[in-house]
Amino acid sequence: MTQTAWPELAEIVGQEYLRPATAADAIEGVMPQMVAEPGTAGALARALRWARDAGLKVAPRGHGTKLGWGNPPAGCDLVLSTARLKRVLEHAWADMTVIVEAGCTVGDLQNTLAQHGQRLAIDPSWPERATIGGILSTNDSGSLRVRYGSLRDLIIGITAALPDGTLAMSGGRVVKNVAGYDLMKLFTGALGTLGVIVQAIFRLHPLPRESRSLSFKGTPETLNQLMLAIQASKLTFTGLQLRAQPASAQLDVRFDGTAAGIEAQIKQVAQIAGATAPSEAAAGAWTSHQTIWEGAPLIAKFSVLPAQLAEVCASAERVAKARSLSWTVVAQAAGAGYLRLNGAEAGLRASLPNLADEVGKIGGTLVVLACPLALKRGFDVWGPTSDTQPVMVRIKQRFDPNGTLNPGRFLGGI
Amino acid sequence: MDARILHEFRSIVGAPGLITDAEQLSTYECDGLTMFRVMPQAVLLPTSTEQVQAIVRVCHREKIPFVARGSGTGLSGGALPVPNGIVISLARMNHILEVDLPNQRVVVEPGVLNLNVTARVAPDGYFYAPDPSSQQVCSIGGNVAENSGGAHCLKYGFTTTHVLGMEVVMPDGSLVHLGGQTVDTPGYDLPGIFVGSEGTLGVATKVVLRIIKKPEVIQVLLAAFNSTNEAGAAVSGIIAAGMLPAAIEMMDNLAIQAAEAAVHANYPDCGGLLLVELDGPAAEVETLMEEVNDVCTKCGAWEIRLAQTDAERARVWTGRKAAFAAVGRIAPAYIVQDGVIPRTSLPHVMSEIDRMSSEVGLKVANVFHAGDGNLHPLVLYDSSIPGQDKAAEKLAGDILRLCIKVGGSITGEHGVGEEKKMFMAEMYAEPDLATMQLVRCAFDPENICNPDKVFPRPRLCGEKPGVYQPHPLELAGVAERF
Repeated sequence: MTQTAWPELAEIVGQEYLRPATAADAIEGVMPQMVAEPGTAGALARALRWARDAGLKVAPRGHGTKLGWGNPPAGCDLVLSTARLKRVLEHAWADMTVIVEAGCTVGDLQNTLAQHGQRLAIDPSWPERATIGGILSTNDSGSLRVRYGSLRDLIIGITAALPDGTLAMSGGRVVKNVAGYDLMKLFTGALGTLGVIVQAIFRLHPLPRESRSLSFKGTPETLNQLMLAIQASKLTFTGLQLRAQPASAQLDVRFDGTAAGIEAQIKQVAQIAGATAPSEAAAGAWTSHQTIWEGAPLIAKFSVLPAQLAEVCASAERVAKARSLSWTVVAQAAGAGYLRLNGAEAGLRASLPNLADEVGKIGGTLVVLACPLALKRGFDVWGPTSDTQPVMVRIKQRFDPNGTLNPGRFLGGI
Repeated sequence: MDARILHEFRSIVGAPGLITDAEQLSTYECDGLTMFRVMPQAVLLPTSTEQVQAIVRVCHREKIPFVARGSGTGLSGGALPVPNGIVISLARMNHILEVDLPNQRVVVEPGVLNLNVTARVAPDGYFYAPDPSSQQVCSIGGNVAENSGGAHCLKYGFTTTHVLGMEVVMPDGSLVHLGGQTVDTPGYDLPGIFVGSEGTLGVATKVVLRIIKKPEVIQVLLAAFNSTNEAGAAVSGIIAAGMLPAAIEMMDNLAIQAAEAAVHANYPDCGGLLLVELDGPAAEVETLMEEVNDVCTKCGAWEIRLAQTDAERARVWTGRKAAFAAVGRIAPAYIVQDGVIPRTSLPHVMSEIDRMSSEVGLKVANVFHAGDGNLHPLVLYDSSIPGQDKAAEKLAGDILRLCIKVGGSITGEHGVGEEKKMFMAEMYAEPDLATMQLVRCAFDPENICNPDKVFPRPRLCGEKPGVYQPHPLELAGVAERF
């Protein structure tokens, strides 16, 4: 298939920005035909509409760091890239808001914001490459969420291209705004199945003046208890994270603020911990949620109540041991975390249903984000649907009636 | 209403749960926005989720529109009854169902009053963060509908930040569970789209709330400036210094006078008053409060007071919280607006309000949540003077248009409801509104769930997207497509 095969699309995005896909563009074993990189939101919207009219299946993509999340696509003809929509449009520092295009990397955005001593209070994985649209669509987050919430709590405005070519805006430039429905929430974590995010507006926070992190050692059980005790105190930690693997576990705590404030809080947390003396946290402690991805293992995201984190570790230990797998858990005090499993494919295959089951039994959720492709094909990565599936399907049908965007990738095969 | 249907309703909620007597019904003909009044056909007061479902199923079957109502304190007419419709009051569903302190979650029925959540967990050192000024009387269900905020939004967020999940009766009577007790529920963020949808997507019958630990100390600084411009500069200075106060409130001289007349707040008689609240660890707050003091002084504050104890703080806040009601002391009537503006546009907006109000000969008192840009202009008027109420209405509307013009919003916390529907078309373009309506159609295709609120024009959900096909109502000449 050559570039001239889709002349209308070439005209919309520009000849040099439409190219045949290569093996590197495959998504979970599905090869698209072409990759388009429009340079403006308008061109992207027109490109999406053209694809819909042509009956094609489209996968939106930033830099593809999380492109494999979800089910393999039921079809993919065109990768629609946001990479050229990469500008920070306006940093209104005195209002603590920023308007940014979806293809801007998290790192580039943070660097721009830092010039006025501010940040987007989120620490997702791979910030040098991950784009704003990508972290929004996958609802990625890190340790800062225990203090600042996840992206749904930071986004105040959004513009998205719908398959019918509409560029729809919701929210606005102000932090407090209850005019109309909160479409920002709907698009966050929607895996690009409702529209292609082209622009987002965020509320910002000041950069911390000082920061210090400590780590406590123990067992998942003792550390879970310590974590709850810290949560029940008046400490204003900005990070509270449980890391565990066979025979070792750590609880990391981070304090931001003034030197005096941090000093006082460190004394208090030491009192709460009692006999367990902390050490300075390791340099990579707060990027653990990212480093567990190295080596292409199985990675699942789970969410349970904060008091249940030790139980998840115990389940992981039990299931992994039975199949000779190694395991790691990195969880934030909010109850959300990642579980990494390593080992033979047969062992992974056998352990998945058990794990999903055990997490489900304690009222939690488990979603497999990455695993060997053969496994993904035979397993519903999202877990069971619930009584909300019909309304979710209806929402999808209203926004994308032709099933143009990322078909089959979402919960319940949406 | 058909006697057969009333009989069915009576069998669902029992005789005490059904109001049809005209005099009693009039209690429900409006909410906190008394200028709009519509008599409902009946008011039902269910006591369980099953009853709510049964009621809605009847409504769905008989095509009876319904409006859910909490405490009826809303200020945009969101709970205004629909003609020929019923009101479903959740006031009797007012129980706190579960309190899970270790996991910092509370499950409540929608009729539970906002402040009662905090009261329940306060002995253990927790509070429920969204604190609208009406929190002593407003309900959680109402808070969910409006995504209510309060003075502490900038630091603590809104209702949507603190709602993890809900049990919801859909407009067809089916029951769904949006979100849950855990974060990041797989699938679309349905709790996120439901909160703030002003009762147009369904009826929440249980709400899972997040509670947080009370901070170690709270301090409030009060600073007097010659003008709101100078006070605004101080706010910018505080932000530039990298601080995030729990609340920043601003009042102009007229608002100060009102507060003085009502509660003898003993505020300095100044052009612009600033209240800055910091909370957190004691050592942190003490250090930062000194900086706030410095910034205010540099920006021209000629009097600064620091409130440190609970009693001192309460005294400082009394005037601010009484501001709306207090305005009744200096004018026979007023219209309160709820616009939001980017903080930096405050000087321009204030001078424009000044100019516009002088032109029509009306006074406007201003209370400003300087932290998040929520502006409450109180347009004062005397309805006994001919034409003043119309002039006041027009001025209030023009102020909202000004908020839109400077990149703000038409509502920061009161919601769109009935009152500001038409302004939605000025704030958003048609495609934006049409996209929001897609959500409406996914939840309520029959258009019976608090219809006619929020959007300027109803959407005919039977439309097929894509190639234009006239709706049967259009062919019949009954409806027009805009």
